[in-house]
Amino acid sequence: MPAAPSPAAALAERRARARAALPPPVERVGALRWMRDNLFSSLANTLLTLLTVAALALVVPPILMWAFVGSVWYPPDPEVCRAATGACWAVIVEKHRVMFFGLYPYAEHWRPFLAVILYVVAVALTCWRRCWSWQVLVPLWAASLAAIVVLMLGGIFGLTVIDTGQWGGVPLTMVVFTATVTLGLPLGVVLALGRRSEMPVIRLLSVLFIEFIRAVPLVTILFCAAVVFPLFLPPGWNVDKMVRVLIGMGIFYGCYFAEVIRGGLQAIPRGQYEAAASLGLSYWRTTRKIILPQALRIVIPGLMNHIISAFKNSTLVIIVGLFDLLNATGAAVADPLWIRYYTEGYLFVAAVYFVGAFALSKYSQQLERWLAEGRRY
Amino acid sequence: MAHDGPPRQALAAALGSLVVRSLAVQVATAVVVAALVYLLVSNAAENLVRQGIASGFGFLRHEAGYDVGETWIQHSARNTYAHTLFVGFLNTLYVSVLGIAFATLLGIVVGVARVSRNWLIARLSAVYVEVFRNTPLLLQIVFWYTVMRQLPPPRQALHPFEGVFLSNRGLVHAIPVWTPVHGWMLAALLVGVGASLALGYWSRRRREATGASTPVLWPSLALVLGLPVGAWLLGGAPSAVDLPALRGFNFRGGATHSPEFVALLTSLVAYISAFIGEIVRAGIQAVAIGQREAARSLGLREGLILRLIVIPQALRVIVPPLTSQYLNLVKDSSLAVWIGYPDLVSVANTAINQTGQAVEGIVIMMTVYLTISLSISLFMNWYNSRVALRG
Amino acid sequence: MRTWVPMAAALTAALFLTPSAEAADGPTLAAAKARGQLICGSDGTRPGISAPDSRGVWRGFDVDFCRAISAAVFGDPDKVKYIPLTPVQRFPALQSGEIDVLSRVTTHTLTRDTAVGFDFAPINMYAHTAIMVHKELGVTEGKQLDGASVCVPPGSTIERNVADFWQQKKIKYKPVVIENLKELNDAYLAKRCDVMANFLPGLATVRAYQAPKPEDHIILPDVLVKEPLAMAVRHGDNQWADIVRWVVYATFETEEKGVNSKNADEMLKTQDPEVQRLLGVSGDLGEKLGVRKDFVYQIVKKVGNYEEIWENTVGKNSPLKLDRGLNKLWRDGGLLYSPPFQ
Repeated sequence: MPAAPSPAAALAERRARARAALPPPVERVGALRWMRDNLFSSLANTLLTLLTVAALALVVPPILMWAFVGSVWYPPDPEVCRAATGACWAVIVEKHRVMFFGLYPYAEHWRPFLAVILYVVAVALTCWRRCWSWQVLVPLWAASLAAIVVLMLGGIFGLTVIDTGQWGGVPLTMVVFTATVTLGLPLGVVLALGRRSEMPVIRLLSVLFIEFIRAVPLVTILFCAAVVFPLFLPPGWNVDKMVRVLIGMGIFYGCYFAEVIRGGLQAIPRGQYEAAASLGLSYWRTTRKIILPQALRIVIPGLMNHIISAFKNSTLVIIVGLFDLLNATGAAVADPLWIRYYTEGYLFVAAVYFVGAFALSKYSQQLERWLAEGRRY
Repeated sequence: MAHDGPPRQALAAALGSLVVRSLAVQVATAVVVAALVYLLVSNAAENLVRQGIASGFGFLRHEAGYDVGETWIQHSARNTYAHTLFVGFLNTLYVSVLGIAFATLLGIVVGVARVSRNWLIARLSAVYVEVFRNTPLLLQIVFWYTVMRQLPPPRQALHPFEGVFLSNRGLVHAIPVWTPVHGWMLAALLVGVGASLALGYWSRRRREATGASTPVLWPSLALVLGLPVGAWLLGGAPSAVDLPALRGFNFRGGATHSPEFVALLTSLVAYISAFIGEIVRAGIQAVAIGQREAARSLGLREGLILRLIVIPQALRVIVPPLTSQYLNLVKDSSLAVWIGYPDLVSVANTAINQTGQAVEGIVIMMTVYLTISLSISLFMNWYNSRVALRG
Repeated sequence: MRTWVPMAAALTAALFLTPSAEAADGPTLAAAKARGQLICGSDGTRPGISAPDSRGVWRGFDVDFCRAISAAVFGDPDKVKYIPLTPVQRFPALQSGEIDVLSRVTTHTLTRDTAVGFDFAPINMYAHTAIMVHKELGVTEGKQLDGASVCVPPGSTIERNVADFWQQKKIKYKPVVIENLKELNDAYLAKRCDVMANFLPGLATVRAYQAPKPEDHIILPDVLVKEPLAMAVRHGDNQWADIVRWVVYATFETEEKGVNSKNADEMLKTQDPEVQRLLGVSGDLGEKLGVRKDFVYQIVKKVGNYEEIWENTVGKNSPLKLDRGLNKLWRDGGLLYSPPFQ
C-alpha cells in the first residue's frame, strides 16, 4: 500500500470519483438500457430478437431495393420497365386515369375528378369537430351530394348524360361507401328500436330480419339485389342496377349497425326512461330527445368498426359487375403490355385502401377520446 | 258524471288507448309486411308463369351435366344438381374449417406477440395487424391469386423441399400412402382425445373435492400424441410416401391444392388472423396484472397461473368476438366466386345459369349459410356459457 | 324492414322508375318507344363480339344486331343502352324485363326455349365449341389432352360440352371455372390452364386481342359440339319476338339481294319488285310488324347487311380474321336462309 495521500489530494480524488459516479453506469440509461429492457431482457428474448433481425435483414433490403432503387417511374414505357431491375411504378403513371375513373368517358374525366375533390372536402369538414352541428352538416352534405350527382350523372347545365353503368373507379367506390352508410345508419336505428320495442310483433319482425341478414354473406345479398330482385317487380317496372346494389349494401350494413346501436340502447339506465315517462314525454319524444343522443354517443366506436368494414367491402360490388377502383385496376393491369407489373398496380390500390381504412380507424380512436372527455358518468 | 268518475275514466281510457294503439300499430305492421311479401311473391310467381319459366326445386333431381374442379366425394357430370351443390357445400366447409384452424393459430401467435415485452416482436405484429386488417379482403384474394397464376408452369415448378411443388397449377405435396395402420392411428387419436377429456374431468372433480391438483396438460399431450405414434410403431411404422411427379400435363400422386384454393385460404387466414390477434391481445390485457401477482404471491407456478388464472378469464373476453370472426370467415369464403374456387356460391351460380332458376338458386345459398351460421352460433354460445361466469 | 321499402320506393320513383306503358304495341315495343331507347343485354368483355372501345362506344357482332333492332324501331342505330351481363346475370336480366333483348352469344337450346322462358331469334352465328391450347405443349388433337386443366366459363353450354367430350374420349381433365371472363382469360394466358374451351369466335377473340403473342396459341380442329348462337327475347310477347326475328332475316335477305350500306340509296330506285318490297318502297311489311315501313332500308343503310356486319366485326376487316364457314348464304354453301319478305 502506498503512503497515505495528503488530505487535499484525497479530497480531489473523492471529488473526481464522485464526478465519475454521477452518471449511472452507461448500460443503465439511454439506448442501451432501452435495448436491454425491450430487446434482450432474457435469453429467450435475445434469441428471438436476433432471429427477427436476421429475418428482417434478409427480407427488407431486397424489397426496398426493388421498390425504390431500381424502380421506374417515368417514362411510362413497358420496354424501359423490362430493362429495369426494380419496380415498374410507371404502370400507375400510364394507367392512373383508367384506374381512378374506370369506364367513365375519357373526355369527361374532369367531372369525376371534381366530384372526388368535393367529396374529400365534405368528409374532411365532417371530421372536423367545429362543424359538428346539424345546421352545418345537413346543408353541407345535401349540397355536396347534389353537386356530386349532378356532376357525375349530367343531364343539366349542358353536361352530357353519363349513365350509371359507365361510372367507375374512385367515384364509384365513394358513391357505394357513402350510400351504404347513409342508408344503413337510419335503418340501423329503426331496426335497433324495433328489436327493443315492447310490441311483440315488431320485435319479432326486427329480430328475424336482423338475424337473417347477418347470417348470410354479402355476396348473396348483392346477387339478390343485382340478379333476382327485378323478378319480384311488376312487369314494366325497372330500378337501376346500381341503385339496387346500393340499397342491398345499405340493408346489409343496416343490420350490423342495428346490433351495435342496440348495445347502446341497452346501456342507457332504466331511470332515464322512467324520468322521461314521468315527465309525460311520448315514446318518440323520449327516443329522439333522450335515449338516442346518449345511445349513439356510446356506440360511435363500435359503428366506426362497421363503417370501416363497409369501406373495405365496397370492393364486393365488382362481383355483380360494377367497376370500382379494384375492378378498374384489374382491368388496367390486364393490358398484355403491362400484365407483368400487376404487383405494382395492386400494391398501389392496396395502399389507397389502406390509407383510407387506417385513417378511419385512427380517427375513430381520436373520436373515442373526444367523446370520453365530455362524459360525466 | 259521478264525482270520482273523470280520473278513473280518463285512466281507463288512457290505458285502453295505449293498449289499443299498440295493438293497432302491431297489426298494421304485420299487415303491411305480409302484404309486401305477398305482393313481391305473387309478382314473381306471375312473372314466371307468364313467361313460362320453370320454378320449384324439381331441378335438383336432374342431371347437372358439369364437372367440379375439386371434390371430396365421388362426383361426375352425370350426378344430379343436388349432389353437385353438396360438393360445393363440402368445399365451402373445407376451406372454412382449415381457415378457422389456421387463423386461430396465427391469431393467437400474433396476439401474444403484440403484448410481448420484446419491442421488435410487438412492433412487427402491430404492423402485421394494421396492414392486413386495413386492406380489403377481396383485394388480398385477387392479389394472391394473381401471384399464384404467375408462378412457373408445372414443368418448371418451384421445388423448395423434397415432395413439395409449387406451380401455377397449385401446391402439390407428398402424402403418406394409406394403409390400415393409419386407420388404427386415427382410432388411437380418438381414444387419446377421449382419455384426456376424461382425465381433465376427473382432475377437476378431484380438485373440487380435495383441493389437490393433478397435472393434466402433459399427460393429455402424451395421450393424444403418444397413442397414434404407438399405433404407428406397432403397425410396423409404414413410411411409404406418395410422391407427386410430373406426368403429362399435371402432377400425378400426392395431394394437390389448386391455386384458387391456396389463394383463398391464404387471404382468409391473413385477414381474419389480424382480427383474431387483436381479440387475443384485448383478452390478455383484460386480465388485471394484480391477478397474476396475487397468484404468484400464493406460490403458484407460471404454468398453473396461465392455466388457472389468466386463460379462463381471458377466454371470457375472447370467445364472443371470436365467434363473430369465425362467422365472418365462413361468410367471406363466398368471395371464392370471384376467382373460381368451386365453393357453394360458385357451384350454385353455375346451376342458376344452366337452369335459369335464379330465385331457387339464391334461396338454396342463403339457406345453407343460414344453417352454417346458426350452427356455429349455437356451438359457440354453448361454449361461451361454459367459460362464462356462473351465477 | 319497415323503412327501407318506402325509402327505396321514393328513391326509385324519384329517379329511376320507368312506368309501364300499355298500348296497341306489345309491351316490350311500347316500353321501348316510351323510353325512346332499346335496352340490350350484351357481353361487354369480348372485343369483336361485344365490348366498348377506348372511347366507351360499344362495338362488335352482337352489338351490331342490337343496333339493327334500334334502326328498325327508331330509324337510328344508336338509341341503345347496353347492359353488360355476366353469364349468370344474363337470364334473370331478360326474365325480369331489365333488358328488352339479349344479344350475348347465347346458344339456342331446348331448355332455354322452354323452362328458362325465352323465345329465340333465328340463329345469327353458327359456331361450335372448340379448344385452344398453348402451342408449346405440342398438342395436335383433343385425344392427347389426358389430365389437362381446362378453363371454362360457368353455366354455359360449354361446361357441359367439355364434360361430354372428355368423357367420350375416356380421358380425364380438371375444370377451372371462373365466372369473370377477364379473370378466366388471364388464367389461361398465364398458363393456369393448358386448354381453353369456348365457342370458336370467343377463342379467336382471346387470341387476337388478349394474348401477347397470338401465334403462341392454336385452336385444335376438334369440333366438340355445335353452338348455334342467337338473340333471345322473353317468351310471351309475340310481336316483339317477330320484330327481332325479322331484323335478323333482313340482314340475310339484303345480302342475298346484293343490298349493302353503300348502295342502299341507289337500290331504292330499283325496278326489282322483290327489292322494292324489301326496302319498303312498296308494300307494308314494316307496318305489319309494327315498326317503320322502311325498316330494312334503315338496317342496311345504317348498320349493314350480314356480310358487312360479319367482316367488320369478326371477319376480314377485323383482327379476328374469322372465316365465315357455315355462316354463308345458302347459295354459297352456308346455312343462312331467309324466308321471303312478302
